[in-house]
Amino acid sequence: MDKFIYMDNAATTKVDPEVLETMLPYFCEEYGNPSSAYSFSGKIAVKVGEAREVIANAIGAKKTEIYFTGGGSESDNWAIKGVADALSKKGNHIITTSIEHHAVLHTCEFLEKHGYEVTYLPVDDKGFVDPKAVETAIKPTTILISVMFANNEIGTVEPIAEIGKIAHEHGILFHTDAVQAFGHLPINVDEMNIDLLSSSAHKINGPKGVGFLYVRTGVKLSNLIHGGAQEYNKRAGTTNAAGILGFAKATELAVSEMDKVISYETSLRDRLIKKVLEEIPYSRVNGDLKKRLSNNANFCFKFVEGESLLILLDQNGICASSGSACTSGSLDPSHVLLAIGLPHEIAHGSVRLTLSKETTEEDIDYVVETLKKTVERLRSMSPLYEDFVKKNEVK
Amino acid sequence: MAKVIVGMSGGVDSAVCAYLLKEQGYDVTGLTLRSWVSGDGQESRCCEIDDARAVCDKIGIPFYVVNCLEEFEKTVTDPFIDDYLKGRTPNPCVICNRTVKWDRMLYNAKMMNAEYVATGHYASIVKLDNGRYTVKKALHSEKDQAYMLYRLSQEQLAATLMPLGTYTKAEVRDIAAKAGLPVAQKGDSQEICFVVDGDYAGYIERNAKTSVPPKGNFVDEDGKVLGTHGGIIHYTVGQRKGLGIAMGYPIFVKEIRPETNEVVLAKDEALYSKEIVCDDLNFLSVADIDEADGLECSVKIRYRHGGQSARLEKIDDKKIRVVFTDPVRAATPGQSAVFYDSNGYVIGGGIITGEK
Repeated sequence: MDKFIYMDNAATTKVDPEVLETMLPYFCEEYGNPSSAYSFSGKIAVKVGEAREVIANAIGAKKTEIYFTGGGSESDNWAIKGVADALSKKGNHIITTSIEHHAVLHTCEFLEKHGYEVTYLPVDDKGFVDPKAVETAIKPTTILISVMFANNEIGTVEPIAEIGKIAHEHGILFHTDAVQAFGHLPINVDEMNIDLLSSSAHKINGPKGVGFLYVRTGVKLSNLIHGGAQEYNKRAGTTNAAGILGFAKATELAVSEMDKVISYETSLRDRLIKKVLEEIPYSRVNGDLKKRLSNNANFCFKFVEGESLLILLDQNGICASSGSACTSGSLDPSHVLLAIGLPHEIAHGSVRLTLSKETTEEDIDYVVETLKKTVERLRSMSPLYEDFVKKNEVK
Repeated sequence: MAKVIVGMSGGVDSAVCAYLLKEQGYDVTGLTLRSWVSGDGQESRCCEIDDARAVCDKIGIPFYVVNCLEEFEKTVTDPFIDDYLKGRTPNPCVICNRTVKWDRMLYNAKMMNAEYVATGHYASIVKLDNGRYTVKKALHSEKDQAYMLYRLSQEQLAATLMPLGTYTKAEVRDIAAKAGLPVAQKGDSQEICFVVDGDYAGYIERNAKTSVPPKGNFVDEDGKVLGTHGGIIHYTVGQRKGLGIAMGYPIFVKEIRPETNEVVLAKDEALYSKEIVCDDLNFLSVADIDEADGLECSVKIRYRHGGQSARLEKIDDKKIRVVFTDPVRAATPGQSAVFYDSNGYVIGGGIITGEK
């Protein structure tokens, strides 16, 4: 049995062959350092400039507002630490949410150790942040509001434009971690009042190790990576030309296909959710059914450990994850599932399936069949389930 | 061919165990249990997981990592701390084998439809004529790992393969090197995995959920105060080094008295006892000890003890008296006493109570 179904596209994606094609010349042929003086390198610098333009256009920004980084986590770190440092005279309070990616949460915890105060806003049972709660949390010392565009585990798309509006009415900078949203959902930084936005190439069929931070003109931001004068003196490190050009190509493709992909993935996602809920007893879907990333499905199966489920799915050729891939090492139940109010033992039994434009209806049906089988098998081994069945029989 | 789940620690022994079983034609899957993560993010298996994964990749078998942090804390580290707070010196590995390692491995084996689990212990599993399973001392090893396995249940042993019982460590390293396993020259693991730096007292101070006993008195056997000790968790019976007290002759810890927070010091000759009492028993080669007859055997009172001849006498269903032919030195409450027959089979074992 050599079935292979990749349903972990929120963890990372396959590099698109066109993206790879774009990148290849920049390894052995056009390998010059874009910052060098000679023409061999100069033409690479020109290409990087074009890439910056492509990415800026994708979010309605200016070319000079796009700073390439090493990825989403670096962008989040830079945005938050950079604002905290640059505005430390103005205030020390940051507002974020309890369901952010750890790149945001752990950065905020780090700042708390250095005298900053952080408010972690709760979310409702679907994972939504209440814009009114954001407004209420604002203090005279608030210097930054950071709310993710779409959640990486349960796919909930946050009311970013509303929160951005509130931030700007109060003259506070607004950052959004858009790692799961960029290239998947339409974004316009002006309409949405976004001042800083983090993104990563490998979530949109681009290469790993490259991302960007959008920084609105005029925003004061201290540097995170000190060194050379790359990225308009704001982010040191030799320009990753191949990665950046690959990222731009991936962006181009994602933007041009966005509507088509959203509608295709949405229909498959809804089929998956519907079948799972219908065919597997004691299952639930986490997150909102409508305002959710088109490729995300997240389930809990009562009496089943996510970890065991992943092993059995793997043995059936299915790549899935429990929580987010970044926290698979930890036993703690997902902070996101706890934040939407799930009890500890149920939050342990979650599985996230994230589709791509290459997922087929046949894949979905096979995954549902396999889930059904494995959930049944794991429940047959669970003493808790046995007790539960007995109790119900008595009734 | 039968399917087997091999517990991979990341070391050379479990690597060779997996390799040998694969060579014998078994359908092998590697499994590493993550058992603990410390407050500063250090954990039992970070580099070990990488090594285990690399070995499985080399051998060409699937590999999984599963968490058992909760069970490990509940059944191993919490009782470990608790024992020290009560002046005892526990063997956490003995407990872990039964309640965490085998329990979790067998669960995963069942889940993956595997008939067996396997480990790289230097010991063999034997099915006796009486139908019972036991563990036999390794043929060559200087380390007797059968000691650590005496608490396993019959069901656990029946489903376990231990292919290394007839090999020496040098042979195992040689097999690993010839097979190109990346851990062939890796050093042996330390004794207690979760006390990374070997500083038990420091570990207990950092992790105890109740208060740690304060400083108290060193006393002699008659109760005369000899000096001040640094807290009972710092001492174990038989200890000589690090007492910080000079008597003009060698002096040792004879007893720890948690109720009075005293540590009793005495000369070497006072450390010997003719009899010890064990509770929390588990039997392997026999179902129980015959009340009238008792049983002659060899008893190890700690992992690195050579074993001394003794007679087991049943006190009641929960307790046994071990009467040694020659007095045994520094029997330590909390440690396991393991009983072996003349074939090197483990009869069973229990925890030394400190009762006289």
